[in-house]
Parts: sequence; C-alpha cells; structure tokens
Amino acid sequence: MAIRLKELSKQRELLSGGHRACAGCGCSVVIRQMLLAAGPDTVVGCATGCMEVATSIYPYTAWRVPWIHNAFENSAATVSGVEAAYEALKRKGKIDKEINFIAMGGDGGTYDIGIQALSGAMERGHRMLYLCYDNEAYMNTGIQRSSATPLGAATSTTPVGKKIPGKQLFRKDLTAIMIAHRIPYVAQSSVHNARDFMTKVQKALSVDGPSFINVLGTCHRGWRFKMEHSIEMSRLAVETCYWPLFEVENGKWKLSYKPKEKLPLAEWTERQGRFAHLSKEENKHILERAQHDVDEQWEELLRRCGQETEKQ
Amino acid sequence: MRKIVALTGNDAVGTAMKQINPDVVAAFPITPQTELMHKFAEFHANGEVDTELVLVESEHSAMSACVGAAAAGARTMTATSAQGLALMWEILYVQASCRLPMVMPVVNRALNAPLNIHCDHSDTMGARDCGWIQIYSENTQEAYDNVIQGVPIGEKNDVRLPVMITLDGFILSHTMERVELLDDDEIQRFIGEYQHPHSLLDTENPVTYGPVDLPDYYFEHKRQQVLAMERAKDSILEVGRAFADLTGRDYGLFEEYRLGDAEIAILAMGSTAGTAKEAVDQLRDRGKKVGLLKLRVFRPFPYEELGQSLEHLKVLAIFDRAISFGSYGGALFSEVRSALFGAGRIPLVTNYIYGLGGRNISVEEIGSVFDELEHVAQTQQIENTITYLGVRE
Repeated sequence: MAIRLKELSKQRELLSGGHRACAGCGCSVVIRQMLLAAGPDTVVGCATGCMEVATSIYPYTAWRVPWIHNAFENSAATVSGVEAAYEALKRKGKIDKEINFIAMGGDGGTYDIGIQALSGAMERGHRMLYLCYDNEAYMNTGIQRSSATPLGAATSTTPVGKKIPGKQLFRKDLTAIMIAHRIPYVAQSSVHNARDFMTKVQKALSVDGPSFINVLGTCHRGWRFKMEHSIEMSRLAVETCYWPLFEVENGKWKLSYKPKEKLPLAEWTERQGRFAHLSKEENKHILERAQHDVDEQWEELLRRCGQETEKQ
Repeated sequence: MRKIVALTGNDAVGTAMKQINPDVVAAFPITPQTELMHKFAEFHANGEVDTELVLVESEHSAMSACVGAAAAGARTMTATSAQGLALMWEILYVQASCRLPMVMPVVNRALNAPLNIHCDHSDTMGARDCGWIQIYSENTQEAYDNVIQGVPIGEKNDVRLPVMITLDGFILSHTMERVELLDDDEIQRFIGEYQHPHSLLDTENPVTYGPVDLPDYYFEHKRQQVLAMERAKDSILEVGRAFADLTGRDYGLFEEYRLGDAEIAILAMGSTAGTAKEAVDQLRDRGKKVGLLKLRVFRPFPYEELGQSLEHLKVLAIFDRAISFGSYGGALFSEVRSALFGAGRIPLVTNYIYGLGGRNISVEEIGSVFDELEHVAQTQQIENTITYLGVRE
C-alpha cells in the first residue's frame, strides 16, 4: 500500500503526454497521480471541464484507461451506471477481474451543478471514488465564480468593481457535506503532496463502497500567479491551514499534516493576482474576515481530530 | 408457456421488462409511469430478474446512469413520462450520439405548466429530434410487443441506437386489457445474448467515450448518426417480420386500416387509432369510403412509404396530440404534409390538434371530423386547415 516514489518512476504513465492542459496546470498533475495510484484496471468518468477538454480532443485521447465523458453535472451518475453494469455482468459470470471506478469533476461540476448526482451516487453506496479537483472557479469557461471560490477572490463574474471588490461570500464546505453522507472514506488532499494524495486514492479505492477525495488543484490562469509556482501555491494553501489535509475513515477523523508553524493567510493570498485588491486599506477587513474563518475552521478540525487546539 | 391475461399497460410493460431481464435498470418515479416501476421492483425484490436496479435521485441521473451502463456493455432500460423525459433531454442526445442502444418505455403525459398528469404526446414529440427511434403503441398488447421488439431493433450492429416505446398515459397505462404474454424463454431466444463491441469494462483495450469533437470531425459523426437512423428502418421491418413469425402479430412502419379504397382518411398515433378504427367501421357500415392510417414508427419517419399509402386519398386529416408552438400546425401534420409533397398526387390535408392534457376523444367526435372531411371532399375547399378539436374558444 505504501507509495514508493522509486517504483512509481518506473510505472507506465496512464495519462499520456501531449494533452493540452496549460503549462503549469496543477490539476493535470492531480490526474496523473490519481491514475498512477489506481493502476490500469480503472474506469474513469469525467465531468465536462478543463481536464475533459484538454485530454480528449478527437481523434486523440490522453487516457490509457477506459474513459467516459457524458455531460457537466453527471459524472457520478454516469459511473453509477458503469459500476451497476459491472455488478450485473459479474453476477452473470461475464466478467471476473477487479476494476476500480472513479468519477471526477472540477469544483463547478462537483460543488455546483453536479452536487445532486454526487449526493445520490454516494447515498446509493456504489463502489466508486469521486475525485473533485478543486481549482476554485469555472476555469474552463473563463474563470467564473463557483461555490468553491473563496471570499474576496476576483473572478470574471465577481470582478473588482468600483462598488463590489470581488466575491463577497464564503466558499461552500463540500468535504463536510460528503462526510455527512457517512460514507466509508472522505479525505482532503493537495497536489504538492503526492505521497499523501496517492495514499489516499489507494485507501479510497480499497473500501467496499463510495469514497470522496477533495483535492486542491492550483490554476495559475485563474489565480493569477507565475506558472512555475503551481506546487508552491498548493503548499502555501496547506501551510496557512486554508486547505488542511485530513481524512475521515469510517467516521474517524484524522489529521494528515500539521504545519510546524501556521502561516498567515496573507502569505498565500499576496502571491495571487485574484486577491491583489485585498491589500488596499479599504479591503483589509475582507482579508481579516477570511483569516478569522480559517482560524475557526482549523480549530474545529483540530478538535475533531483529537489534536490539541491552539487557543485553550 | 404463453398466457392470456388481463393487465394494465404499466403491468404489461413491467412484465415485458422482467422477461427481457436487462442487466441494468436506472429509474425515478413519475406519474403515470410509477406502477410500471412498482411492478418491476416487485420482480426484482422477489429475485425474478438478475437486474442491477439503480434507484436514482432524478431522471437526469437515470439517463446518465443508463449511458454509463450501456457504455459498459450492459443491456439497459429505464422508463419515464413527461417532466421526467424533459429532465433527461440533455442526456437523450448523449445516449443516441454515443450510439448506445437501450429501450425506454415512455408513458405519455402532458408537459407543465399548468401541471397535468394526463395523456398527450407533447413529451415524446418534443424529444423527436434527439436521435432516438420512436415507436408508438395503440393498445397494451402493442406496448408489450413493441418493448420486446425494441431490444433487437436498437442493438443491431449497423444501427446501435436507443429506442423509445410510447404508451398513452392512463388511457393505456392504467386500463386493464387482454394481453397475450409470451414465454420467458422464447423472449430470451428472440432478443438473444447482447455483445457490446467496445465495453468500458475492457481495461485491456481502453476506449474513450464522449470526447471533444471540433469542427473538423463533429459534422461527420452527425452524418453517421443520420445513416444509422436510416438503417433503423430495415431493422424495424426485419424484427417485425421475425416477431410475426413468432406470434402471428404483424408490425410494420404503420398500419393501413380500410385505407386501400378509402377516399377520406385520418392519420393518428397511439390509442386514438383504436378509437378511430371504431369510427371508421361505423361509417363503413353506412357505405362511406373512409379509412385510417395508424403511424407506428415516427422516428425514423417513413416519408416515402407514407407518401405511397396516402397519395390516392381525396382528403386526409392529421391528428396531432401535441402542439408545436409557432409552427404551422402540429409536428406530425408538418412532416406528413411534407412527405406528400414528394408523392405523385397531393390530397387536401387538414390538421386536428386534439386531446391535450388528457381531454377525451370519442368515436362520435372522430365521426364528426369525418363529416367535415366529407364536406371538404365535396367542395374541394378547406375552411380551417388547423382545428383545435373541441376546445372552448
């Protein structure tokens, strides 16, 4: 089960090179790692979005595993059908090998338009992993806000105007919603920590039922940072405790990583153009509100994971 | 062993589904389809089918799961009505465009708003351009027979398209009729074993379904779909002949009822064809040369064959149980009239829009339409090309 980087480096890549994701795309790294962890006997269903359009332009495909794209809001429902077919055909003796089932989508296809299909599939107990690559906006269609877009962020539909400085609402806590489904395995992970993420993919695929992993996938086009800083931006999201790494296995919470020193949120936001306006005097209260929220959520997570909290 | 029983349309179709024994059924409840799925769920709960029954949270997910199941090589079914079909709309196109066969009984019901659970054809007529084969049923026996035939029609390798089988909500779905049920084994022999050539479960030979298709290829893929739909006509006729050999019940693209020597006729789909047959018989008894064409297959639309069967008429009335808003008359009217334009002779053609939201249509009303058509034949004048039959203006 342990992820050994030396062995991984010899494994055949299941997402081929030559796909058309942007240079420096964090999400395509998520997909590569996901496939390396899952192995070749895996069927993937993918929602409409960056990773779908960049990897499947006919007559080419970057997928070396069976792959299906249906529509934007239904990758969980589509893979429900694939998994049901597998169960039926297995029962009839028409197939015997073990196969992993993964449904995936970006934050738009998961937090927003796909949440109904996702909730239904998780409740029905299909043996599948749903993987959300969360880059915090509708990047494929041109960086429009989603319910995963953080407070204060500028997007093309929440621009910094004369009256309204970016998104005025908090993001939705989808991981918590998935935990509330009481499925066997839920985790948060991040693209800079391959070992953490790939171990979680393998854990998720080993449970007999549904599992969910929410991965922060960085997007330099949407977040406005230098493309070579993708991995660094992911690391900072974790070091500031904006995006904690943890898992909930059969109801038991476990913190996967605790920063030695929790960095201020500004260390992450100051590096991104989408938050540039937050450094202005009149907008500083937004950053303060966001920091306050991160602090509260982090304390709550520490409590749930049985860790010592910072304010006693 | 074959059995003759009294069943509602829903129970008969639920029984056909049980006898087909599909690998996957994904469905969501909607009136008047509900009892059909109750029946099937009962078979499932009693272990009488091997089906994986996926009780989804919406019709959108029902059709989405059907796409996944069919792409994985499963014989796949669902059933719906009205709003349910409307919610599936987006994915109906995906199912057809990925060339994934499946069979879906649709229990016809009016579309909102206002909410109305009763029969008209606005649901399936609205879905007429989504790439599905569409077969309409006159009675419960036909609904049962059509569901069974739908399996090999769509699965034929040079067709590979999904099939919609309609039955009129309440009029058929909730009405008890005499039905001859075939034996389970003979149905299994008739539909055969399903082999999917490009299953998603074949991890040795990975395939990509539903890719991005740009202006350099999309058009060719749509053209291939058109050709598949054209070939579906042969598949429908072939399967119909095999079914006639098995049961003695003969199904073509449409049925001509006392039409050969008729001068005046109406054309209808669904249960109204049964009512019209009675009206035709009564008028024939009085020596009137009247007839009926019951259209069974609306997609692929049999324009050539229709033209040949209708061109000898003096007057033809097309009965539409749905409105195509902003169009000139109903969709059936537009298409049949267009088919006649290429025929040798063109009869005078009128359009009756009727029975919306379950408004009853009687033998007497159809009789009075024939009276109007007789007047048109005598005067060679059409006063109203489009009539909203029985509506209070």
